[in-house]
Amino acid sequence: MIEPIKFFTDKFNISISQIESLLGSSLSKGGDYADLYFEYNVLNNLSMEEQIVKSANRAVRQGVGVRVISGERTGFAYCDEISVDAIRKAAVTAACIADSNTSVGAVNVTPGKAARDLYPVKQLLGDQPLEAKIELLKRIDRTARAYDQRIREVQAGLADEFKVVLIATSEGALIGDVQPLARTRVMCIADDDGNLQSGVSGGGGRIGFDYFNDAIIEHYANEAARQAIVQLEATDAPAGTMEVVLGAGWPGILLHEAVGHGLEADFNRKGTSAFSGLIGQKVASELCTVVDEGSIPNRRGSLNIDDEGNPTGQAVLIENGILRGYLQDKLSSRLTGAKLTGNGRRESYRHLPMPRMTNTFMLSGNDVPSDIIGSVKRGLYAVQFGGGQVDITNGKFVFSASEAYLIEDGKITSPVKGATLIGNGPVALTKVVAVGNDLALDEGIGTCGKDGQSVPVGVGMPTIKISEMTVGGTK
Amino acid sequence: MTISTDLLSDIIKQAIKRGATDAEAIASEATEFSVEVRLGEIEKLQEAASRGIGLRVLCEGRQASCSTSDVSPEGIEELIANAVEMAKRTSVDEAAILPAREEMATEIADLGLFDVAIAELSPERKIEMARRVEDAARSVDPRIVNSEGGACHTKVGKMTLVNSLGFAGQYPATTCNLITVPIAKEGEQMQVGFWGDRQRKLAALDSPETIGKEAARRALRKLGGQQVITQEVPIIFENGAAEDLLGDFFDAVEGGAIFRRSSFLVGQLGELIASPLLTIVDDGTIRGALGSRPFDGEGLKTRRTVVVENGVLKSYLLDCYTARKLNLSSTANASRGLTGAPSVGVGNFFIAPGVHTPEEIIASVKDGFYVTEMIGFGFNAVTGDYSRGAAGLWIENGKLTSAVEEVTIAGNLKDMLKGIEMVGNDLRFRGNIAAPTLKLNRMMVSGK
Repeated sequence: MIEPIKFFTDKFNISISQIESLLGSSLSKGGDYADLYFEYNVLNNLSMEEQIVKSANRAVRQGVGVRVISGERTGFAYCDEISVDAIRKAAVTAACIADSNTSVGAVNVTPGKAARDLYPVKQLLGDQPLEAKIELLKRIDRTARAYDQRIREVQAGLADEFKVVLIATSEGALIGDVQPLARTRVMCIADDDGNLQSGVSGGGGRIGFDYFNDAIIEHYANEAARQAIVQLEATDAPAGTMEVVLGAGWPGILLHEAVGHGLEADFNRKGTSAFSGLIGQKVASELCTVVDEGSIPNRRGSLNIDDEGNPTGQAVLIENGILRGYLQDKLSSRLTGAKLTGNGRRESYRHLPMPRMTNTFMLSGNDVPSDIIGSVKRGLYAVQFGGGQVDITNGKFVFSASEAYLIEDGKITSPVKGATLIGNGPVALTKVVAVGNDLALDEGIGTCGKDGQSVPVGVGMPTIKISEMTVGGTK
Repeated sequence: MTISTDLLSDIIKQAIKRGATDAEAIASEATEFSVEVRLGEIEKLQEAASRGIGLRVLCEGRQASCSTSDVSPEGIEELIANAVEMAKRTSVDEAAILPAREEMATEIADLGLFDVAIAELSPERKIEMARRVEDAARSVDPRIVNSEGGACHTKVGKMTLVNSLGFAGQYPATTCNLITVPIAKEGEQMQVGFWGDRQRKLAALDSPETIGKEAARRALRKLGGQQVITQEVPIIFENGAAEDLLGDFFDAVEGGAIFRRSSFLVGQLGELIASPLLTIVDDGTIRGALGSRPFDGEGLKTRRTVVVENGVLKSYLLDCYTARKLNLSSTANASRGLTGAPSVGVGNFFIAPGVHTPEEIIASVKDGFYVTEMIGFGFNAVTGDYSRGAAGLWIENGKLTSAVEEVTIAGNLKDMLKGIEMVGNDLRFRGNIAAPTLKLNRMMVSGK
């Protein structure tokens, strides 16, 4: 078991008293707050296509980010070398954001420990011999090709990272975490006499090698193959506003785009989000309760502590349709007095923390999924999605269905081609007229981008029905 | 510290000594500065120097690559040991080879990628530019009530590539990026306008005032945006939106998608795939341009490649691997980060300008949609199916009228390329992909 404080002090020969002195240097020109973020990260990537392992990649990313906050101002610098001299130089650079002469000496920190371990991993994927990982990829390839003879090409990949972080703050915290992350990805191409279609699947989380047992590996392979084969029969998607039923699980990307980003505290503090000033107001139908929860064991979006050293938990964003709160990081919380929610996240030591989502999902309702579908006269049933995007300021969001079907007279009929769905964040959820009793979280493949920074996230949702939404087909 | 070609040569020698048949090392170093100003006050200041080394090795046809930001002797030792060890255990891939000696650049052309004026720009000047660009946007109209800020970002970097066949090259490059994001409000509706310029030479950068005014104009014209009724109409893509479309086209014309047969352009070389009005070029040699570089990610001299000429598909964009898979020659479009094998990337990728002014193009449409922004990822390169969120202005009787939002536009890129009816004369590079205004005969607009 790796202990993060000891890991950094031993590996890089830095003492706790030196860390205290470096925090002092960060506040040498004044400033209200400073933190150091130490990161050591080994990322592996293995991929197979045309039935051979074409590449094995490994990257080591290590360094320290130094941040100083003075009022609404932030100074930031980083170094790739983890040594007292290099960090001191970065600290002095970041310190320049403040301009008073009230320098402090060393800051005392108290070594702490995360209160729980949400992802104890015994067998790290990164520690497995390459041969064992290659076996997993071969199994994916075999399974997908066996699904249907029209599966012509299979691409399979396995990515993992082993990240150790340590956060030291001028408020006296010194706390670290060990954050394993792994996922597999499968892409299949089906070819039916020149009609080419693709399907994508995969999953993972903060899990170990044992997670990828035969059953789950075969599930991903079959799922990617199934999607590609289904698309061979797809007809043109409809265009216009209609009833839309979203399946359980990954379609929760709706929440991520429609409300999640718009509820990040930085935009709301600045008044630039379509949700600014709407706390306590109705932004969804009373059937909707949406939470962001970073403390679910083993999930891709989970963290023991966020990247500012605060424990993650459950933030209720929307409760029975009423907007309850925003996702906070330290800066926004300091400036607005709001309670921290454990949503301060960063891609790496080279990036500043921001309010970000973790695992965002809607709680189950009482409706039976088959009844929900049965209640639709003419509409779209969308079960798989590619990416999405949102304009925070006017609230318009899109998410693109990659597997969808027409619903005609309460029955699922033909599959349709991929189509983008578009809506308006503060309005879209007010049109939720049924919420299923089948909440499912996604399989662990999501990555969220904001301001050039990528972080792993999760989404989830029960089956829901939206009374009207614009579907971007051609017919 | 700076990473020399000698250091990379040593790394390669070590890798060969440990059993690699061939090796290629890459280093990137950069000093970056960025300032963000919001409502006139400095909000963020950031300065840092970064560096990293990547090593790709081949062991009798088996390939692996490693990278590290730890350039200490121990870090480099670990890098070499891991890369060679991993490469012994992947599969033999006959197409994974270094370029032939005669293909590699023999001299490093000076393409004007480095500007001492950017390298020496003082922090005070950068802060002033960020303030001015935001001020300019905020002073255009009283309806500009808020701002996501103004920002100036500079990068002074160096890229070094060495391989075991004797190639060694290094070049410095600079960029300066100035942007502002004002917010307009009318009634309850808020709209954001994003505009900026990015150049390798400070003198080529638009003035803060020009950028600020344009950003404000873009926010203001979105006010009053509404859905329109679902209908099929002619579409005009403003040059910025046409750039997005060209970016999607790249995904279908790059060699990786072609050899994997996951593009609708497979088998189309020499065929008419677009309107005869359309010519698409990739040119990695344009002096001072953002996508220019003297050699590509595998050490090949960059060049100009006509991809589509008068509607006929003339060439795919290729690196050595995809070229070998397709029995073609590389177009010197190898792009690589520190980790991983090269993949195909763009140089300066653009649609050749036509003869019409944007005004003439708009005037030619009686009833249609002028698309200024697109969001989302609704393009499938395998099938060509296209469906994306869009915003812009409605055209009535040849004039731009009210703002349109919350709609999608959909079609298939195969038909869209053939449906191009007019090409604008307003090509300008703000990044490494650029396009003029384009008019398409029709697409489905989905709304109310």
